[in-house]
Amino acid sequence: MAQNVGAPNKEPSDGYQLRVVQEVLLALLAKEASHGYQVRARLQLALGPLAEALNAGQVYVTLNRLEKAGLVSAERVGQPDRPDRKVYELTRAGRTRVLEWLGDTSWPKPAPAEFHLKLVAAAAAGLADPERLVADQRHALLAGLAAAQRAALTEPDGSVAGLLLEGVVLRLEADLRWLDTCAQYWTSRKAR
Amino acid sequence: MKIANEALLSTHGLRMHYGRGSGLVRAVDGVELAAAAGEALAVMGPSGSGKSTLLHLLGGLQRPSAGEVWLAGRRIDGLSEKALARLRRQTIGFVFQAFHLMDELTAAENVELPALLAGRSPRTARRRAAELLERVGLADRTGHLPSALSGGERQRVAIARALVNEPLIVLADEPTGSLDSAATVEVLRLLDSLRTAGQTLVVVTHDARVAAVADRLISMRDGAFVEETRLSLDSGGRLGERLGALTGLEG
Repeated sequence: MAQNVGAPNKEPSDGYQLRVVQEVLLALLAKEASHGYQVRARLQLALGPLAEALNAGQVYVTLNRLEKAGLVSAERVGQPDRPDRKVYELTRAGRTRVLEWLGDTSWPKPAPAEFHLKLVAAAAAGLADPERLVADQRHALLAGLAAAQRAALTEPDGSVAGLLLEGVVLRLEADLRWLDTCAQYWTSRKAR
Repeated sequence: MKIANEALLSTHGLRMHYGRGSGLVRAVDGVELAAAAGEALAVMGPSGSGKSTLLHLLGGLQRPSAGEVWLAGRRIDGLSEKALARLRRQTIGFVFQAFHLMDELTAAENVELPALLAGRSPRTARRRAAELLERVGLADRTGHLPSALSGGERQRVAIARALVNEPLIVLADEPTGSLDSAATVEVLRLLDSLRTAGQTLVVVTHDARVAAVADRLISMRDGAFVEETRLSLDSGGRLGERLGALTGLEG
């Protein structure tokens, strides 16, 4: 699903994430020509505690790639006593890409199919007890929910990063409800 | 005595059965529970799983059909009504889904009442109530009647009341069950602050968000504990890294 929206620089393993980071950086540059550190600061503000997950170098590496791909142009600005800094600006192609991304309604990471098939295959081959798999998955999602919720509760009122954390919490809640439904199904199959 | 020495609150072979023969309901069916001092424990299960009955047994509101309940080194399931009432007043704070505030008393008076019943001076009770209402963010609502408060505010008054006698343990039964989502977040924030302050807490709920406030989550089904999940975050990576995987931002 996620890969079908025309990603020119797809990487074999983590292309999806990388593609999104590219579009995000392009979009964050759309406001005005900026230094890499300004782009990074905007990203950190939007993500709050989640910004830890991005490694610091990734912004600069990605900006270089975008420059090579012709989606941004870079102008060197000299600084006394320090190496030159680059000021990045969207090109016309970069702006087009941002608009495409904004209009793309494919929803990231639809996970249920993989887990569902895991349960079906495990049950069919007798590889594992689906109920056990559901229970283990539930532990993992609950731990994730606790982490996301604690982070959300410590964000100040009106924090933009809190909005993202709330999204994570709501999504995990829905996933947990689905796991309960899975558990009921596989328990009743076993009882038969 | 061995159980009592290890945990602040524990049960052994706890059962609560209603009816008989084909009408027998095993509401609580052989529960072994142990909550350490300072631990926040959640018991999660669908309605009818026996979690509310369990909470009533833990708090001495009902007597078990069989088994033991120990609180702070003392077996409480066989205490007299009078001794149980004193225990509930002085060492346990209750929080209920329906708040159970006194309608004709102000927020401050509701919070003061258990302190007065426990023999504190009116002055001490007043001071404690003011402190607690400030802690739950209701310093400007102390003179309001419950009818003039929102659901979330009423539950926060009830939480302040539960804390007024500095209970050894707080027992909460679906504390957000009657609240909308904004009020739920207010109460979750408060429960989270109790956990970080080291208040021993047992909360029973069907809501994963409420359960996720705890250090440890026990899943209950048909009167028995079936799964246990550790929710403390000290093991396994930094918060941002763990959350990154949930948002599609790792890289």
